[in-house]
Amino acid sequence: MTANLPKCDLLAKYDPLIAEHAGLLSTGIRDPFGIVMEKVISPTEAIIKGKHTILLGTYNYMGMTFDPDVVAAGQAAIRDFGAGTTGSRVLNGTYQTHKECEDALKDFYGMSHAMVFSTGYQANLGMVSTLAGKGDFIILDADSHASIYDGCKMSNADIVRFRHNDAADLEKRLKRLPEGAGKLVVLEGVYSMLGDIAPLPELVKIAKAHGCMVLVDEAHGMGFFGEHGRGVYEEQGVADDVDFVVGTFSKSVGTVGGFCVSNHPKFEILRLVCRPYTFTASLPPAVVACAATSIRKLMTATDKRARLWEATRRLHGGLKSRGFRLATETPESAIVSVLMPDQETTALMWSTLIELGVYVNMSRPPATPAGVFLLRCSICALHSDDQIDTVLGRFAEAAERCGLALGQAA
Amino acid sequence: MTDRASVYARIIELIEPLNSKKVPLTEATTFAGDMEMDSLTVMDLVASMEDEWDIMIPLNMLPDLETIGQVADAVTGLVAKKG
Repeated sequence: MTANLPKCDLLAKYDPLIAEHAGLLSTGIRDPFGIVMEKVISPTEAIIKGKHTILLGTYNYMGMTFDPDVVAAGQAAIRDFGAGTTGSRVLNGTYQTHKECEDALKDFYGMSHAMVFSTGYQANLGMVSTLAGKGDFIILDADSHASIYDGCKMSNADIVRFRHNDAADLEKRLKRLPEGAGKLVVLEGVYSMLGDIAPLPELVKIAKAHGCMVLVDEAHGMGFFGEHGRGVYEEQGVADDVDFVVGTFSKSVGTVGGFCVSNHPKFEILRLVCRPYTFTASLPPAVVACAATSIRKLMTATDKRARLWEATRRLHGGLKSRGFRLATETPESAIVSVLMPDQETTALMWSTLIELGVYVNMSRPPATPAGVFLLRCSICALHSDDQIDTVLGRFAEAAERCGLALGQAA
Repeated sequence: MTDRASVYARIIELIEPLNSKKVPLTEATTFAGDMEMDSLTVMDLVASMEDEWDIMIPLNMLPDLETIGQVADAVTGLVAKKG
């Protein structure tokens, strides 16, 4: 097959990336984007290349993946409803399990409507592209997730970007838009690269003053922000002014899937017009059954929430006191991002950490804002103090092995 | 009245600090090809042009604007439309 490549190879445009990736691997380091977990022992531990590894980059914030009730719900659903639905939500792909999952979401958020998508990516893609159409405006934070940018592209709306978390910049841009036009402001509660949170009261107030509808993505905030764990928007007290909340099952909920909840009276029509919802197969019954059980347990998981914050503070404080440069001065979310000087050092540090038995995420532009290189840690409520202390020791050892300059201990 | 020549001249000034490869800047110079600007830099440049003339350049307009000359045309048009 490869012998017959046409003269104009469509993959040729990726040659620079192929070369860059090959260059990275030629230094002898492990492929940061090719990790295989041979065994998953618990939400915080796995076997990678035969080595016992502490997982510190999985977004499994509330450790629900092995919760006995969640697993049992999935087992019962696969037994009673089979392995998959083989169909779209609007045709043969809505089972009792999907209904119960949407009911759980409505109860969790205290909202009247909930729509479950097959992934979080599709939830943003679908909501953003369906809410705003030709002649409308989407105003998004510059550091928005790729799924939001892709939703914008698909929407045919005019796209306006404002400086990350900058209320004054948002206002300046909103002032330039025509008064009568439909406007959607898209925000995230937690920005997953740096782990910083949005000043939602200021941003939402400005959006509302300019007649915009507001969508907040709480992918990285669900489960442990706010009294009911609904997200940053709940904690910051702006629930009444948020029109749509988008979220995911692949972080705190512990499985896969995406959703949008809302009190908008016309919300249900979106099921028929939202293409990433309509034209794809629905989630397997086991997945939505796991999600429903997990969501109901998260409603009252106050001890776990407290523990997650405790473990996060321990990691953030420990890294800081060892002289690592962190993306946020204080722990704002359950993501702690360590700033790295360049691609080579980031890759070497990442590789050394994995050899030492610690898995974190390596992040680089264009996924990261402002060209920064990061080692991104996400903490789980089930990380013990011992595990965090082990991780801190290994970070220090990796820095020494890699010759990473550390600052003075704070 | 903001004429195209003054818009073009100011755009060159705004690009200059971002022109890390020191490519000669002409009407036909392309952002991605000649200057090898990444998408983040392009978006910062867009923001600075928006603020300079108090206009809005939607992101979805960018794929059609490959050269400095095309950007100058677009900005001149947007400024004229603003009145």
